[in-house]
Amino acid sequence: MPDKHLSSQFDSDLNNISSHVMELGGLVESQIRQAVYALSQFSPEAADDVLVTENKVNSLEVEIDREIASVIGRRQPTARDLRLLMAMSKTTANLERVGDEAAKIARMVKSIIESSAPRSLPSGDLRVSADLASGLLRKALDSFARLDVPMAVSILREDNAIDKEFDGFVRKLITYMMEDPRTISASLDLLFVAKAIERIGDHSKNIAEFVIYIVKGEDVRHTPLADVESSMG
Amino acid sequence: MSETKPATKNALEVRDLNFFYGKFQGLRNVTMDIAERKVTAFIGPSGCGKSTLLRTLNRMYSLYPGQRAEGEINFYGQNILDPKQDLNLLRARIGMVFQKPTPFPMTIYDNIAFGVRLYEDLSRTEMDERVEWALTKAALWTEVKDKLGQNGLSLSGGQQQRLCIARSVAVKPSVLLLDEPTSALDPISTGKVEELVHELKADYTIAIVTHNMQQAARCSDYTAYMYLGELVEFGETEQIFFKPKQTATEDYITGRFG
Repeated sequence: MPDKHLSSQFDSDLNNISSHVMELGGLVESQIRQAVYALSQFSPEAADDVLVTENKVNSLEVEIDREIASVIGRRQPTARDLRLLMAMSKTTANLERVGDEAAKIARMVKSIIESSAPRSLPSGDLRVSADLASGLLRKALDSFARLDVPMAVSILREDNAIDKEFDGFVRKLITYMMEDPRTISASLDLLFVAKAIERIGDHSKNIAEFVIYIVKGEDVRHTPLADVESSMG
Repeated sequence: MSETKPATKNALEVRDLNFFYGKFQGLRNVTMDIAERKVTAFIGPSGCGKSTLLRTLNRMYSLYPGQRAEGEINFYGQNILDPKQDLNLLRARIGMVFQKPTPFPMTIYDNIAFGVRLYEDLSRTEMDERVEWALTKAALWTEVKDKLGQNGLSLSGGQQQRLCIARSVAVKPSVLLLDEPTSALDPISTGKVEELVHELKADYTIAIVTHNMQQAARCSDYTAYMYLGELVEFGETEQIFFKPKQTATEDYITGRFG
């Protein structure tokens, strides 16, 4: 398929939006990095950085949606262009939610630091799953940039692994809490952090589903993984 | 070539249609069904054969020597390409409206009554009723009811086009062929004609040729994309505009046609 429209202005509008979505992805990735660092080093400064970046994320989200509405209004896109624009709008919303989760982690880290709770809890495990989740987000953004369907399908698979990791972590926390009730308050904080990380995986999975939607025109949300794998060949 | 066979009853069934302007072949092996009481739109770049196909559907081409069609077009089971086909009768049952409004240089009333008189012998009252009925169908009655004696050419372009639609409707056809009916009209008149198409499909089968893809997307149930005399893709309008099967169709409707 020729990649270019008759109207080069249309192409440049789409490219412009697409690069803004990628820029948003980059900002959100750095938020996760800052949040994970804050968590592992108990650094209040890093936690503050996450919250500062959040403002930029929010204004970029609004800007992208404005641009998308403008292209739809002026160009009446169809077929692949229409799917791309719808997917970019939804991807933007998902990225912004990832930013919210990172901010949630940052706030939780600050609360843990302030409460001077016992630090014997398994926060190192969280670092592992946080790395998994941010790796998955990066992969989702890569597959979005390249419209790479096989990569998107593999992301759906990996999100299941993160979900399992989360379940394991919850069981571990329960053991800690049963052994020493003084850890309950700090354990709950960590539980919220773990939940936030698990949600980042879910958002990455959503983005991967939009990639399939753009390329194949098929909405695979709420479709069992095995069915997606078989229909994508 | 891919086809989606509409689930409803067909008004017209085109089979292996080839069309020639002298030596030039304008249509190649076109096979498709036009569903009853639905709107079927034909889109494609200039010269792709969409108007040619429309003109075969009521044998408008028979007016021109040297033009001929091969294959079959079954209109409720009867092959209209049969040389024995009565053309006047055919055109009363399959009406056509052209790109530019073509009112007759006579009164608004007579513009409608003229065609009816060719086929039916109505009393004055019956004819008055028929004229009102047709103008109402074409959403023009309220605008012209006090000036039926005025010349049809005194109307605005949009009104003239609706007058032509009323004229086609007046003889109670079963199919209406619209050849770029709004390309000479302003957006408001275009909107009125599109609204009219939507209302008319309750009673008529409509085939519309349009250069305006958004118009096809807005008012048709089925869309056919044609290129170089061939039917490239034919299917439900929603599918064609959201997820076309053929790359060529996608390139055209997304404006990547070079």
